[in-house]
Amino acid sequence: MSDLHALADTVAVVCLLLGSLLCLTAGLGLVRFPDVLTRMHAGTKPQVLGVLLIMVGGAIRLQGWSATWMLLLVAVFQMMTAPVSAHMISRVAYRRRHVRRDLLLVDELGAGHREAGTPHGDEPADAATARGARGPAGYGQGSLG
Amino acid sequence: MNEPAEPRFGQHLRHQVPLLLWLVVVWNLLWGTWSWANLLSGIVVALAVTLLLPLPPVVGGARLHPGAAVVFLVTFLGDLVRSGALVAWQTVRPRGIAHSAILRVQLRTDSDLLLTVLTEAISLVPGSMVIDLDRERRELALHVLHVDDERDLDRQRASVHATEERVVRAFGSAEDIARLRERPMARPAGTPGRTS
Repeated sequence: MSDLHALADTVAVVCLLLGSLLCLTAGLGLVRFPDVLTRMHAGTKPQVLGVLLIMVGGAIRLQGWSATWMLLLVAVFQMMTAPVSAHMISRVAYRRRHVRRDLLLVDELGAGHREAGTPHGDEPADAATARGARGPAGYGQGSLG
Repeated sequence: MNEPAEPRFGQHLRHQVPLLLWLVVVWNLLWGTWSWANLLSGIVVALAVTLLLPLPPVVGGARLHPGAAVVFLVTFLGDLVRSGALVAWQTVRPRGIAHSAILRVQLRTDSDLLLTVLTEAISLVPGSMVIDLDRERRELALHVLHVDDERDLDRQRASVHATEERVVRAFGSAEDIARLRERPMARPAGTPGRTS
């Protein structure tokens, strides 16, 4: 019985440590990556996996269904919301030209792919003149949503 | 099932039932213990939430194909772990990341619900994150964290199509699944591959 407990504790500790490590790399990614879009990758994937591992570790260690259910909910909502928020931020960042275009191999969403004159509510504010010119015209116009 | 004469209220309720069930389940999970009081109060709260904060109905609905759903879930969890580990490694490795890319992928699915599931899944699988979704053209724009060359782009497109297929096979209706057999488009029409 105590063997089983020790084993469960070990698994829990491993999960918790791995999860914390992944969350650390998520934070590190925010510092190391060059622009908003790449930072969002760091902010979603290792972080979600980290939270999931911490939840698993917590569920093993806490022993008790009521805590487990709660942790399960946290995990589910984390998986549902993290991509959505990352998507929203990336979308705004793309339209606001907070993108390092020199680091993009391909940008198929950019200028030239949508016919001029077609009304497109989703069009990035000014993909055609995107080279770092951030005049007042870029701001203020182009409502989001 | 799709009688046009069906009263609006009944239709409304039918669309709300999954949401109601989900809210009741969440309420009970939050309490952590099972009791009739929790169930009843959960129903009251769920009704209050759906009546006070109405959401647009999810049209189309979904069917569950258990076998395919298990395949999807297992692959998804595998992808999630792989993707977390990969991005973590790309973060800490000395050479970091080289080039990113923004791709457009033509999808075959035409259902709001399936597209939502697909988008969530793609955002959590290795390398890609959805930036934009052109609903009319069924085109997905995604940002890929690390690409070396054109082959990586093709691989990424193929992986999106594979994910799409798994999602549709797991949750799609017969028409959705039939639509998968439309020509698998490698590139959106009228957009030649370009490097800039």
